[in-house]
Formats: sequence, C-alpha cells, structure tokens
Amino acid sequence: MRIFGENGVRRILMLTAFSAISALLLIALFILNEGLPFIFRYGVSNFLFTSEWIPAKGLFGIFPMIMSSIWVTLGAMMIGAPLGVAGAIFLTEYAPPAVMKIIKPTIELLASIPSVVYGFIGVMVLAPIIREYFGGPGLSLLAGCIILGIMILPTVISISIDSILAVPRSYREGSLALGATTWQTTHMVTLKAARSGIVASIVLGLGRAIGETMAVIMVAGNSVNIPSSALDSVRTLTANIALEMSYATGMHRQALFATGVVLFIVIIILNSIASTAIRKRKTYK
Amino acid sequence: MKKTILASLVVAAVFMLSGCGKSKTSITLAGSTAFQPFAEKLAEQYMEQNKNVNITVQGGGSSVGIQSANSGAAQIGMADLVTLPAEANGLTPTVVAQDGVVIVVNPKNSITNLTSDQIRDIFNGKITNWKELGGQDAPITVVSREAGSGTRSSFEEIIKNVNLLKNALIQDSNGTVRETVANDPNSVGYLSHGLVNEKVKALTVDNSECTPANIADGKYKLVRPIFLLVKGTPQGEIKNFIDYILSAEGQKTIKSDGLLPVK
Repeated sequence: MRIFGENGVRRILMLTAFSAISALLLIALFILNEGLPFIFRYGVSNFLFTSEWIPAKGLFGIFPMIMSSIWVTLGAMMIGAPLGVAGAIFLTEYAPPAVMKIIKPTIELLASIPSVVYGFIGVMVLAPIIREYFGGPGLSLLAGCIILGIMILPTVISISIDSILAVPRSYREGSLALGATTWQTTHMVTLKAARSGIVASIVLGLGRAIGETMAVIMVAGNSVNIPSSALDSVRTLTANIALEMSYATGMHRQALFATGVVLFIVIIILNSIASTAIRKRKTYK
Repeated sequence: MKKTILASLVVAAVFMLSGCGKSKTSITLAGSTAFQPFAEKLAEQYMEQNKNVNITVQGGGSSVGIQSANSGAAQIGMADLVTLPAEANGLTPTVVAQDGVVIVVNPKNSITNLTSDQIRDIFNGKITNWKELGGQDAPITVVSREAGSGTRSSFEEIIKNVNLLKNALIQDSNGTVRETVANDPNSVGYLSHGLVNEKVKALTVDNSECTPANIADGKYKLVRPIFLLVKGTPQGEIKNFIDYILSAEGQKTIKSDGLLPVK
C-alpha cells in the first residue's frame, strides 16, 4: 500500500497537475500542426491581409475577420471597461460593506450565464431596437459590442475589486489624514496603487471578448465585411471557425485551423500582458 | 486449455452482445442535416418492422456524408446537392426525395413573387431597395448561409452566377435563417421547404409555388435531390432499407413532413 504514502500522493498530484499542462500542449501542437502548413503554403501576407474569403473559389483572406475582431473587442472595451472600473470603485470605496456583500456575488453570477443566453437576448431585444432607432439590419457590430461589453463586466469588476482591496489601508488613511476627500483619495492614491491590477482586469476582459463565439455569431450577422460603420454586420475570427467547421473539408478546413492559429497567438499575447501586469502589482506591495 | 477458455469467453461475449442469441445487423447513416430528421423517423419505422436491424443516424452535413460513405465510417451517406462532387464518383447514388428551396420574406412584406433574375440581382447586391420591386421604401437585408452549406450551394447553382454581396447576413442553419427573416421586416432569405412555417412568407418564384405538381412539371426550379450514397452496389439490409424508403409507406413519411416524394 505504498501508493497511499506521502510519496505516492505527491506523484499522483504531480501527474494530475501535468495533465492540465499536457492538454494545453497537445491543443497547441494540434492547432499549429493543422494550421501552420496552410499559412505557409498560402502565404502569410496573402492569408492575413487580403479581404476575399470565398472557400469555393480557393480564396482565403482573413483580413475582414481580423478587423472585425479588433473592432468588436475595442467596442466591448469602450462599454465594459468604464462601467466595470466605475462599478468596482463604487463597491470598494463608497458602498457600505453590506451592499458589497450582496452586489459582488450578483455580478459574479453574470459570469455563469451561458453565452447563448446573452446571444438570445441580443437577437430578440437588442437587434430590433438597433434596427428601429439606428437603421441597418440590427444584427451588427454595435450589437456585438454591447453584448460583449456586458459579458466582460464580471471579469473586469471582480479583478478590479480584488486589486483595489489589495491596496493597504494605510495609504488611504494617510491621504484622508492630509485632508483629501474620498474621491481625491480614490483617484490620486488608491487607483494609482491598484493601476496594474486594473489594467490586468481590462486585458483579461479583452481576452474574453476576443474569444467569445456563440453570442457573437448570434448578434453580429456574420458577413465577411470590413465594417465601415457600427451598424454593419461583421464576422469575427472565432465566428468564422465555428460557422464553417461543420461543412469544411480539405483546404477550407485547413484555412479554418489557420484562423485558429492566428486567434491562439493573439490570445497568448493578451494573456502574457495581463500576467505581467498582475506580477507588477505584487512587486509593488 | 487456455484456448478453450478464450474461445468460450468470445462465444459468451458474442452471445451477450447480440441479445438473446439473435444476431443484429447495424447500419449507420451520416450526412445532410436537411434529411437527418426524416432518416431518423424512417429508421425508427423500419426497425419496428425489422427487429434484427439496428440503424443509427448521424448529421454532419453533405460533405461529411460523402466522406464517411467513402471511408466506410457510415454504410449510407446522405447528401442534398444539385450535382455530386468528384469525391462521390465511387459511390452509388439513389435519389430518395426532393427538397424545394423556398425564398422567404417577412410576413409584413407586400411582395409575393420574384423572378429568378430578380433573386440573382438581390443576392448580388444590384437591387438594394424593396421599392425597386414594387414594395415599401426600405433597404433589403439579404440573409444567406455559410460557405459549404448544401442549401446554399444548391441555391447558387440553380439561380446561377450568384456573387453574394459583401454585407449579406450569414446564418448557420435553416432555423436561424427563418428566425432572422421572421424578426426583420426588410429581410429576404432562403430555406428548405420542409422548414417553412407561419412566421415567414414563402414567395412564388417565376409565378409558381413550391408544390410537388409544379416541381414535377419543371415549373418550380429551386429544387434539389436528396441522395443516399452507398459504396459499391447496395446489398442485403442496406438495400432493403433503401427500398423501404422508396416504398409507398416510406415516401408517405417523407411527404407528411414537408419533403417532396420522388414516387
């Protein structure tokens, strides 16, 4: 029965810990193996910077999808980041602890709503409103931005709250003792000290926004189109993969894996930025 | 001695798997999502009459149907294309039903008929306002399917020279096309005849409605065959099942749920 001894437990735990890493490695290897040969054969700049995506004619340019992903994500940030950070400031600096105790779990509940439900609300409520008041088909870049902006709120708020709460009490007390008001203390002292954590929360929100698929497919309309206004329909990188994977064969299938490679690289970059920002916060204390 | 034990174990296992000693033949169908619900229903009816056959139906799309019939992953592939691609050359096709592709608009739209040329111009982005067709003064929202869809390739092949306009909305199933058209008063889309319901309005094309009679006369052009593909010549239970689908009872099931029978 040595397996249950100290050493055995250590080994089992190590094995399970490595299984997570090996899953990641396998996924990375699989995507790169399926996608990279295509990218090199088709030409990196042809693939990334041409705008014709017509699989039936062998044309695979993902530039419109890259631009759409960037616009949708930026738009979601413009909505989600200010709302999220403002909410976090209110909850930590202004609201009584009892309110925080109710509101924070409620916000975190937002994160557990399946994305298809957000998409459904977008299609049924948001798209008709946009169509009626702003014009266009309704299923649009704007609808995607608003839905994603709401979806990233829990990420932005809860990580911002954590980093604001991590600022030592003595900083605030020092500032208040010098005669600063709560708002002055907040924006001159607390937010400055918590800055890297807040940046991390926004970057993680960005990662979530760029990777979201289902809700975007449902509300963004999915035309392969470089948007010229917020009311245009767009297709993101993730939507491109999910929409066409079930029917794709041969070159078309490889092109979709190559789209996955691009997405994978973007998300790795975003996550490294976020984790550097988080590490900075720790050295600050 | 060991061999005897092994042999008896194998016999026992086969005995248990086959259930009461009667051996079951199993058939797998895969492919077209438009025909999948019909295949499931037909398989259910067939299995009720033939207890010794077990039929599994999977979706995946027409190209999956062709692939898996070729690779042997499925005994029967289902495809809903106007013309079969070169990959299907080694397979024996049987047309078991026909499916009309219907042009649909929102019920609020006053338009009731479009010509093939008008349809082409709308999907190519030449006609952009309903006013040009005698309808209300509103921009047309074109709804199409994703690249690779059987419905889309059939539609484009029949209408000919379709070069889909850039900002057409793309939906990934017949159901979502229907929902989009039902929600947007200015939209136009196309979907399988079996899935048209009261939330959308089916248009006549070149003044003829999508009915079995009009299709038989060749008046309604937007129609595609549904193929069952078998590697080599169909034999045994596979042949029996296909014959059942083509029988009066099988064709009745196909007709009652919105597809068009071939016989």
